Amino acid sequence: MNTGNWQWDTFFEAFPLILEGLGITLGLTVATYLFALIFGFVWTLLSAVRIKPLRWLFRWIMEFIRSTPPLVQLFFIFFAWPMVPVVGFAMSPFISAIIGLGVHFSTYIGEVYRSGIEAVDKGQWEAARALNFSTGHKWSKIIIPQAIPPTIPMLGNYLIIMFKEIPLASTIGVAGILNLANSYGAANFRYLEPLTIVAILFLVLSYPSAILINKLERKMNRRFDKKEPTGSKSLSEEEKEGAVS
Amino acid sequence: MTESIVSYKDVHKSFGDTEVLTGINLDIKPAEKVAVIGPSGSGKTTIIRMLMTLEEPTSGNIIVDGSNLWHMEKNGQLVPANEKHLRQVRGDIGMVFQHFNLFPHMTILDNCMSAPVHVQKVDKKEAKQLSIEMLEKVGLGDKLDSYPSQLSGGQKQRVAMARALVMRPKVMLFDEVTSALDPELVGEVLEVIRDIAKEGEMAMVLVTHEMEFARDIADRVLFLDNGVIAEQGPPADVLENSTNERLQSFLHRFRS
Repeated sequence: MNTGNWQWDTFFEAFPLILEGLGITLGLTVATYLFALIFGFVWTLLSAVRIKPLRWLFRWIMEFIRSTPPLVQLFFIFFAWPMVPVVGFAMSPFISAIIGLGVHFSTYIGEVYRSGIEAVDKGQWEAARALNFSTGHKWSKIIIPQAIPPTIPMLGNYLIIMFKEIPLASTIGVAGILNLANSYGAANFRYLEPLTIVAILFLVLSYPSAILINKLERKMNRRFDKKEPTGSKSLSEEEKEGAVS
Repeated sequence: MTESIVSYKDVHKSFGDTEVLTGINLDIKPAEKVAVIGPSGSGKTTIIRMLMTLEEPTSGNIIVDGSNLWHMEKNGQLVPANEKHLRQVRGDIGMVFQHFNLFPHMTILDNCMSAPVHVQKVDKKEAKQLSIEMLEKVGLGDKLDSYPSQLSGGQKQRVAMARALVMRPKVMLFDEVTSALDPELVGEVLEVIRDIAKEGEMAMVLVTHEMEFARDIADRVLFLDNGVIAEQGPPADVLENSTNERLQSFLHRFRS
């Protein structure tokens, strides 16, 4: 046995086989991310409800989901959820992975949205009020267009972080690149080359994305530095001023 | 007799334990220009912020064109107004802020057009025409496609005025609109306000530290002190002939 040695023919044999799983891995990444982006918005709304006990409940649920390992959540949804009486039902590994990882990351995305909204200057809300905008238009025309663009780099970062957690789905049998590499290793008693291939694929995909996001971040910073002078004032300062002047 | 466009009836306002306004009674006639002066902390800004529904009075009533602003009738009883009622009544009021509060993600033209289009449901073409006219009036006809970040403070404030004017309010509020400007830019903004005032039909309430300006354009000057209107009348009476000591010492700081 010379399993410790690097074999190029194994590498080239395994490469196309593993590459076949890339579609699944990327597809799962995109689907999970979209799920998280949409569901994150739901968290933002829920954690801002006016009724205090409800708000606490929703924030506590968010905190709970965030502090539990995604792997445990994945296992719960795939293995335990079908056993839950009345409401439980079985889902395919792919769908389970989207929901499990999507819900987990949506709690982070929800926080990102919230920080973006809180960063919108108080004067913008007041201007929307003074111009008599409806609640719907205030959000769609004034607040969201200002709240979301500055968070795009942060959202991009979560995409990369999430992408690196996607292999967790292989534990419930989603046939992504890690799963295929594992199968190849088990069948041929060689893990070095297939797992190296997996590492390379992840590196090749996430490193350029990280650079891209860095660039985006710098661009956004430049764009939002040139803000209205109101932006430089803290909320409390403005409040005091509004209160007494 | 002329109906008032705005009436404050025994309006009080507290922030926490501090009572800022302790009983404001004020009637503003249509087309009347009112300047509000007073030391900082006297509640000048709070008076107009309550009218713009940015601040809720602690007690008392504000009547706008016959409608109670902060209360509505329900089963024959006055109850606190809901958002729908507030929207309906405040539609007659416009405001220009100290810090402009332009929408930074929109061009100058869109800043002006957005409210007529989305709030008043004016036809887009018509709103554009109206906005361009208004921007030309404030001397910014050549900046339609610029963004707020590309303008000087004085230009921003002129856009803010155009944006409020496009809505054709019956009452326009000016909240220390020159306080955040570099001194050399104050003149251009005051000039525009003067032009607006000359046109006449709109009531204006100006919270200001520009005494000369207040004297020029106001029909009436209010001196706010200790939470009440301590002195009011024609500019000449209040700014020159008053015997109120607090007012005199306040004015003294502006003469040098």
